[in-house]
Amino acid sequence: MATPSPRRTPRARRVTTGAAASVALAALTACSAVGGATPADDTTSGATGTVTLVTHESFALSEGLLEQFEDETGLRVEVVQQADAGALVNQLVLTQDAPLGDLVYGIDNAFASRALDEGVVVPAELTAPAASDAAAYAVPGDDGALTAVDVGDVCLNVDTAWFAAQGVPEPTTLESLLDPAYRDLLVVPDPVTSSPGLAFLLATVGAFGEDGWVDYWAGLRDNGLQVADGWSEAYYTDFTAGGGDGPRPVVLSYASSPPFTVPEGGDAPTTRALLDTCFRQVEYAGVLAGAANPEGAALLLDFLLSDDVQADIPASMYMYPVSTAVELPQDWATWAPLADEPFEVAPADIAEHREAWLTTWSDTVIG
Amino acid sequence: MPTAPALAPAPQVRPRTPGGGRGARAGWTVAVAVPLAFLAVFFVGPVAEIVGRGFVADGRLDLGGFGDVFSRPRTWRVVGQTLAQATLGTVGAVLLGVPGAYLLYRCRFRGRDALRAFVTVPFVLPTVVVGVAFRSLLVDGGLLGGLGLDGTFTAIVLALVFFNYAIVVRTVGGMWERLDPRTEQAARALGASPWRVLRTVTLPALGPAVASAASLVFLFCATAFGTVLVLGGRRYGTVETEIWIQTTQFLDLRAAAVLSVVQLVVVVAALSVAGRARARTERALTLGGPAATARPVRLREPVDAVAVVVTALTVGGLLALPLVNLVVRSMRTPRGWGLDNYAALAVPQDTLAVSAWQAAGTSVRTAVDATVIALVVGGLVALVVSRRPRGAPARRAVAGLDTLFMLPLGVSAVTVGFGFLVSMDAPLGIPVDLRTSPVLVAVAQAVVAVPLVVRTVLPVLRAVDPRQREVAATLGAAPGRVLRTVDLAVALRAVGLALGFAFAASLGEFGATSFLARPQDPTLPVVIFRLLGRPGAENYGAALAASVLLAALTAGIVAVCERLRRPGIGGAW
Repeated sequence: MATPSPRRTPRARRVTTGAAASVALAALTACSAVGGATPADDTTSGATGTVTLVTHESFALSEGLLEQFEDETGLRVEVVQQADAGALVNQLVLTQDAPLGDLVYGIDNAFASRALDEGVVVPAELTAPAASDAAAYAVPGDDGALTAVDVGDVCLNVDTAWFAAQGVPEPTTLESLLDPAYRDLLVVPDPVTSSPGLAFLLATVGAFGEDGWVDYWAGLRDNGLQVADGWSEAYYTDFTAGGGDGPRPVVLSYASSPPFTVPEGGDAPTTRALLDTCFRQVEYAGVLAGAANPEGAALLLDFLLSDDVQADIPASMYMYPVSTAVELPQDWATWAPLADEPFEVAPADIAEHREAWLTTWSDTVIG
Repeated sequence: MPTAPALAPAPQVRPRTPGGGRGARAGWTVAVAVPLAFLAVFFVGPVAEIVGRGFVADGRLDLGGFGDVFSRPRTWRVVGQTLAQATLGTVGAVLLGVPGAYLLYRCRFRGRDALRAFVTVPFVLPTVVVGVAFRSLLVDGGLLGGLGLDGTFTAIVLALVFFNYAIVVRTVGGMWERLDPRTEQAARALGASPWRVLRTVTLPALGPAVASAASLVFLFCATAFGTVLVLGGRRYGTVETEIWIQTTQFLDLRAAAVLSVVQLVVVVAALSVAGRARARTERALTLGGPAATARPVRLREPVDAVAVVVTALTVGGLLALPLVNLVVRSMRTPRGWGLDNYAALAVPQDTLAVSAWQAAGTSVRTAVDATVIALVVGGLVALVVSRRPRGAPARRAVAGLDTLFMLPLGVSAVTVGFGFLVSMDAPLGIPVDLRTSPVLVAVAQAVVAVPLVVRTVLPVLRAVDPRQREVAATLGAAPGRVLRTVDLAVALRAVGLALGFAFAASLGEFGATSFLARPQDPTLPVVIFRLLGRPGAENYGAALAASVLLAALTAGIVAVCERLRRPGIGGAW
């Protein structure tokens, strides 16, 4: 029999192999996530005074804020995040029997009715003064299970520099985008795969009604509409002013986006939100049904409505506080006002028709 | 087909495995039981649970979903598109990858190790980054905008090849570098032309590795999700994207369950075709060490010249262009060209609470856990599956085990992720909520990395001539000793490759990871995802710089893993 390899298996060599293997393994375990620095994870909320916040990827607060809450209350806050905001409610529905945590933050008005219908959240006693501001955004028929924390407008944004350079007037309304002068200029994210995309579909439903929105989209399609997979692709790859030098000067984004396009050394943004094209997104929080620590969850919800957190929301989450007691950052007040009259669709209508609307939209636009 | 002289004929004598006393039998039982338990708890259970919910309505079995889903014309279109994309992606990756494997693993040239590490980079890039890297070249006004490829089927297939090229290069290359060159030399000496040697000696010997690689690539392509959506949109929807939409957007578990079954059928069919192709070509080979076979590139030889041209075009055009595009864009700042975006990585971002470097640390730690799990489980599976037991039922069981452990690559990540959510609150009835634990992230990554480890180690193990084990046993070696001196020694040589693969898969966060509720410490792909979710040139720049960091980290780790296989470092590795 031929030896498999001429260089193999003197005893010493095998010993080195074994030793090297153990050293490598030891090195591996030393820098492992489970065996390493991260403390063991024992999330039995309530018993250990932990409150678990279930939220989406966009949740963030400035450093020290959550620690401040922990110091004040003696509770420990555990945050678990989910990549897909749209999937958040569905996950909560599926895990009703054994909730993922105590408080959910980040259910928006497009999914609010499903959360309420499925009973994933329960009413909470709140003491924060801003709770009365939040009540203005309450879902009709809800007895306090979902509390608004922040709002934002999803609006078309235009590259004002592009339009100035081309000598073309900027579009201003939804209808104006059907004008052949704006052919091949618009990019929006797919409403099926993107939550701002869905918000914009709802804006058109609000603007043109049940009978008119399909024709509107057919018109957009015929005028060279581009559909991107998500907001990031649309804004950074297709939009002219997102930083990626794309080809299209009109994009679906937020009312809060323009301040981020103030050029270095400049004093005004190069983009503008079209405030007559907006849909109001409201982000809610609620105590999860079956939470292990409902009292802690209510305290944390109160904290989300506190002046400190409300004032921090624009800078850390790019949304507008519901509280009327805090001031917006200066550049937001100047360059990123909310729409006076955003389009609206009742949450119950959304819950009832969302799937049908998305299917019709797909058949019309994607084909 | 004439059998080459030095290739050992298919083994006539069956090895006496498993056998050799009670201790050995217990050993084999453990080797089978540990991976099976792992797969049952972390894959089969969760998937069965979530798919089961789709087939149960009001406590009764409800198979009406099949009729509903199959009566939609869209379903058939989606199945067709899945097969077309996966087949073309696989063919492309194999055609381009085999010459690459030859050049990178059979030849010696300056910068070869760096190139080996480089080709692995696309494999780990988050799809949202590939979206930036690819689409910003293809859009109107982009460097390749004139080709009109943006949003086309061709763009998707190219991106699939971009992602999966490394799988073919590494899987086939790992085998190729160990083929004994004397067989080819003998054929040459007997007057065969280089092409004829390639066709009649080399490629047949590589058959199992090519089949292995192709089955992996097919699974990755068939379940590609982000790539398809980012580059082509839902017009080119596949079974995978459809499951994602039905589950995460519509919560239509009934339709999702039916589609999951469809996906399973497609995947199992593909695996059995690959398995048969593998079995047909498998045989014991004489394997040498890597150093023994590599030789300098000889451009005058037609085989080398073709390999060089194909690989240069693939690596330079398809792989490097988007990556260079990424690097260039990462150096652009509002103040002109510079490294500001990289400097920003060291500072915790307002909205992230951690710096990109900290996130990179979390990524590496998680990847280490995932890799250790994947190596142990995958190594045991490969060892068991490498045996050719005597009885037909036992042989079928071994083949079944092989297929079973490939499934995590072929089953929708959404299904697995949502399955975790509904089953991991108390796995096996033990009241430990794993759903919000960092452990589950590592486990989810390991589930996907196991098939990569198996497919890398198995071809090498299977090529061991069973007579070697018999000789060892005849000479008085105990079964454990045979295992150590014959199998382990050979397997360890493939460990560097497997390690690199498992690490890369974990760093790239494949599979169910993106559907888990994650603890606060974000990994690097999560940070990139979050940065790209916000407006502003700084965020965009930082996201691209973080992507380059991820790419560099991957290349670095893969390069280190490659070195583990060098003679001189770690003995026989």
